[in-house]
Amino acid sequence: MNDVWNQIRLSWTWLTASAQWHGDDGIPHRLLQHVIYSGVSLACAAVIGLALGLLVGHTGRGGFVVVSLANLARAIPTFGLVVYVVLVHYSITAALIALVALAVPPILVNTYEGLRGVDADAKDAASGMGMTGWGVLWRAEVPMALPLILLGLRTSAIQVVATATIVAYPGFGGLGRYIIDGLARNDYQLVVGGTVLVVLLALIVQIVFAALRRLVVSPGLLGTARSS
Amino acid sequence: MDIDWGWIGDHTGTLGDHALIHIRLALLPVLFGLLISLPAGLACRRWQWLYAPVLTVSNVLYAIPSLALFMLFIQYTGLSASTVMIPLTLYSLSVLIPNVVDGLGAVSEPVRQAATAMGFGTLRRLVQVELPIAVPVVIAGVRVAAVSSISLVAIGQLIGQGGLGYDIIRGSQLQFQTQILAASVLIVLLALATDAVLVIVQRLLTPWSRARRRTS
Repeated sequence: MNDVWNQIRLSWTWLTASAQWHGDDGIPHRLLQHVIYSGVSLACAAVIGLALGLLVGHTGRGGFVVVSLANLARAIPTFGLVVYVVLVHYSITAALIALVALAVPPILVNTYEGLRGVDADAKDAASGMGMTGWGVLWRAEVPMALPLILLGLRTSAIQVVATATIVAYPGFGGLGRYIIDGLARNDYQLVVGGTVLVVLLALIVQIVFAALRRLVVSPGLLGTARSS
Repeated sequence: MDIDWGWIGDHTGTLGDHALIHIRLALLPVLFGLLISLPAGLACRRWQWLYAPVLTVSNVLYAIPSLALFMLFIQYTGLSASTVMIPLTLYSLSVLIPNVVDGLGAVSEPVRQAATAMGFGTLRRLVQVELPIAVPVVIAGVRVAAVSSISLVAIGQLIGQGGLGYDIIRGSQLQFQTQILAASVLIVLLALATDAVLVIVQRLLTPWSRARRRTS
């Protein structure tokens, strides 16, 4: 227990030292970098994953292929991919591509599964009410699939926030900088401080998605939907 | 993309050794995770109030970056294999426990009652009826845990635990693309092979699902 207490005290001293709050290596700058990297990657992944997932889920064609490809993509070691693409072309865009590749599968699979799980009777009823394909998609399928879609986005967001630490390895900053530098310098305080910040950021993401879920998911669904 | 095939040819032995270390570092944690999550999942089914806190803890755990979690364990277990394996075990728990609970929850009440009516006690019903029915959901969790664990072990090299992560970092230090690419491709292949084995295991464990498909 002493160790744990010590750890908390160490990270607290580090977090509250005023030197950490200024300049290019200061927490605000690193945090902003981290948030931008994660946000951009997640946004790109969301566009790709949602578009493909909605297309495949709505038409019901090619589902097996898409899910298999997504599972294949899950097997790609992000660390290797980041190091490789950065070596081929040293730029932050290259590093972010690796993060996008990490974030697409959960969004894609959950969107597809969400649409596929929509009750066929509900879809029939929507068509019966005179909705066209788009209408059925936007006004019946998407709202009913929303809990799963949000779950996919949340999973991706958390993975991206956690994994964005490794873009510091090829030298693009972000919160991972503290962890990698601390490790190289045997400065444990730095490692713990960086870790605490990443975990806090991930927790904020969780809270944001919990709030989103309350806001955008129809209450009729929340009552029966499994909380996860 | 310049791939130095000669280098790969010369290093098949070392790459193979690293792949073996890699798979051991990746899959032992999943095995431990499975061994822990079965009783833990059962406990969550038995005492329902336990499930919500367990789920929260595992969600939070999952949010901790692997690199960070490895770091936090350094001061307890040093630069040893446990420093990589304990965090990976925790990650696999966060995938497996919900799946075990869901899998057991998927057993329909009539089936349970039928088993009881046939004179099965609680333990026998669990082992012979409930667990087999839960197998597909549990294995689905094991597949996710195993694949992500195999790709996460690569990061373990940053604290010097070998495996294919060694080749990724070495290749990065030497600016040698072939080594990084070879190691990454091998990691994907290991993950795919493991996944395929798990699918086969599931088929073997649930022969009835095939029989049903044939008759329908």
